[in-house]
Amino acid sequence: MNRTLKFLIPLALFLVAVGFLTKGLFLNPREVPSPLVGKPAPPFTAPILGEAGKRFNSADMKGQVWLLNVWASWCVACREEHPLLMEMAQTKRIVMHGLAYKDIDAESQQVLIAMGNPYNKVITDPDGKIGIDYGVYGVPETYLIDKAGIIRYKHIGPLTPEILLTKIVPLLKELGV
Amino acid sequence: MIPFIGELSLILAFIFAIVQGTLPLAGVWKNKTTLMNLAVPTARIQSLLILISFAVLMYSFYANDFSVLYVASTSNSQLPTMYRLAAVWGGHEGSMLLWVAILSIWTIAVTMFANNLPNTFKIRLIAVMGLVSVGFLAFILFTSNPFDRLIPAALDGRDLNPLLQDPGMVFHPPVLYMGYVGFSVAFAFAIAALLDGRLDNAWARWTRPWTTVAWMFLTLGIAFGSKWAYYELGWGGWWFWDAVENASFMPWLVGTALIHSLAVTEKRGAFKVWTVLLSICAFSLSLLGTFLVRSGVLTSVHAFATDPSRGLFILLYLVIVIGGALLLFALRAPNVGLGEKFDVVSRESFLLANNVVLAVAAGSVLLGTMYPLLIDALGGGKISVGPPYFDAVFVAIMAPGLFLMGLGPLAKWKKASIPEIGTRLKLAAVISVVSALLVPSVLGKISLMVTVGVFIGVWIVSTTLILLQNRIKTKQIAGSSLIDNFKAIPLAFYGMLLAHLGIGVFVLGVTLVKGYESEQDLRMEVNDVAKIGDLSFTFQGAQKIQGPNYTSSQGRFIVSEDGKQIALLYPEKRFYPVQGATMTEADIEPGVFKDLYVSLGEPLEKGAWSVRIYIKPFVQWIWAGCIIMALGGLLALLDKRYRIANKNMAAKTEEAF
Repeated sequence: MNRTLKFLIPLALFLVAVGFLTKGLFLNPREVPSPLVGKPAPPFTAPILGEAGKRFNSADMKGQVWLLNVWASWCVACREEHPLLMEMAQTKRIVMHGLAYKDIDAESQQVLIAMGNPYNKVITDPDGKIGIDYGVYGVPETYLIDKAGIIRYKHIGPLTPEILLTKIVPLLKELGV
Repeated sequence: MIPFIGELSLILAFIFAIVQGTLPLAGVWKNKTTLMNLAVPTARIQSLLILISFAVLMYSFYANDFSVLYVASTSNSQLPTMYRLAAVWGGHEGSMLLWVAILSIWTIAVTMFANNLPNTFKIRLIAVMGLVSVGFLAFILFTSNPFDRLIPAALDGRDLNPLLQDPGMVFHPPVLYMGYVGFSVAFAFAIAALLDGRLDNAWARWTRPWTTVAWMFLTLGIAFGSKWAYYELGWGGWWFWDAVENASFMPWLVGTALIHSLAVTEKRGAFKVWTVLLSICAFSLSLLGTFLVRSGVLTSVHAFATDPSRGLFILLYLVIVIGGALLLFALRAPNVGLGEKFDVVSRESFLLANNVVLAVAAGSVLLGTMYPLLIDALGGGKISVGPPYFDAVFVAIMAPGLFLMGLGPLAKWKKASIPEIGTRLKLAAVISVVSALLVPSVLGKISLMVTVGVFIGVWIVSTTLILLQNRIKTKQIAGSSLIDNFKAIPLAFYGMLLAHLGIGVFVLGVTLVKGYESEQDLRMEVNDVAKIGDLSFTFQGAQKIQGPNYTSSQGRFIVSEDGKQIALLYPEKRFYPVQGATMTEADIEPGVFKDLYVSLGEPLEKGAWSVRIYIKPFVQWIWAGCIIMALGGLLALLDKRYRIANKNMAAKTEEAF
């Protein structure tokens, strides 16, 4: 390689990083179409947190509209949405299950004790296999699944009151919840 | 009126910084002595003005001047005085002012103690520091002025975030910033050298002490932060791979690489280009950290400010400073030359390996920190990359590097022999393997992580001791006493030993706490006893107490071992009415071999509480290790011969001009 070119590598790498940083400043695309929206939710069975020996079977949810919230005790952004989840849980309007993604049971439990448990059930996914099926980019993510088991909506990142009011609540009305 | 003085000095400082950053450089270029002579006085005046402005802000906090917007939003008249002063850096504007205030301390130090440098070099150095200051002062004046007024004044302030109302927060930010900002000196040295076209042993020798001081502060700053997280956040964790922690850790990794690479450049004239690049990177990562934290592009437990105009400003600044530095590097570095050759097996090679490991480790942390941003920019939304990534990747990269750390210092410069190193280290290898097998079985739970961790920790400690013994033997003069031998070894060498020992202690602490910590979450009624191993924790109920600016429920726990009381713990659940925030104040009985950690969860019916109890074996070793490392830095700095040599060298180079 040309000698001078070699010395330009650090600058080039830096400029690429700057490109991303700039985009990161202006873009805030919390909403992206997911290839899974409109498709059947991948079926799974998995252990339930705090209920030793019991397993959760996604097929049992047929006939119900429900939310699947992917979270983890190590996820900082999840703490941001947690108070909103607690409020949602208090209205008892919709069933929401948590998916503890790549987490250690004791640590998931500890967060729920410290911050409150907004979930009907927490499904454990220690090695992230269910997450892969659902195309989880990272935590938190929230899926809205209808009575027929079809994913109707997916939100990446912490839920916000706006998302709840403008996206999820209208969809729930549409689905008759 | 008084806040106005602060603002005025800041504006004046900005003007002086512009002069300091431009005219002396022009003077060197055109060889005009009058312009060159401006460097030192403008730098000193600029720094003094910033310090005045910082003092004014402190006074505004002290005097509860709620006509200053920043004071009104981060302080409160009920806040204890110590925290009122610490509240100066409790928010965005004040943190930025702290940044430049610390830069001025470094600038003054450079004008006072860098007398051994050739004149033109020193002038360039000071000018570069002036340019660094210009950018930050502009940022403060145009986007984050801490002296903005609030008319009419607020009746009382909105109070400091209760998380920050802690003695640790009084010291952590200034110490951390001393480190962060201190790398600006190494950066300025590198830029001055590139401008000068001179990169030699002398340059490395001048840069070394400054880099060591910055590194020392950064080490302590990170350790304070980790300790703060440990007792203040109430989760018993000491490191979260949070974006802000990573922002301080990356410059540390690169700074550590820089210290080692500087040693090679000084002693052997090799690694020159690489050393310059590391100097630029260390400071660039400090700046990047500031950007990540201050622009709010990343979600973090630490995020204080989110304002895109601020983010854009810092980004522009990054482009000018880092981009400019790297451009200069690309233009000038090819002419620097490669330095002396060395064998594949030599101390140089080991230090090269050390540098590669540290740089790759810093790169992996950078990738993990930026990944959420990357995904966000590519349209993937906000996500969190957590400890699963960092633990796996970081440990895998560092483990071989830590093993090599034991070998490197025993290797000779230029050409070493593996069999020779092998014979010297036989004993260390035996000790390490035996401890790695013994410790886990004694402590009762065997896992690969613990075995490897204990091996590496003991390996580092034992090789370091063998190194000392070896050095004493080779320096032995016939008839000299053992004490004389100890004295004959330069302090810098002891500094290196101590810093390496610190790493060993740190590794052991991390391994043992990760491997053997235990925790229990329970519901405890009054007089309930919780048993963990030989320890029993008796909950004697909680009572209400009144703090200066909070109310608190304070629990009382008696801890006993084999029926004997060993500790009394008073964890609290505090409520801060001004911010409406509830804080968990854990109570900890620290010990050399284990910490007892109790924190209160939620109050339940009839005086019962949810309680969290942790036993954290060897956790104090983590911070002890950091302090030992920093002490090592201090010893290296105090090396007397080193300073004399520096003076002679300066005299010689001065003659050569």
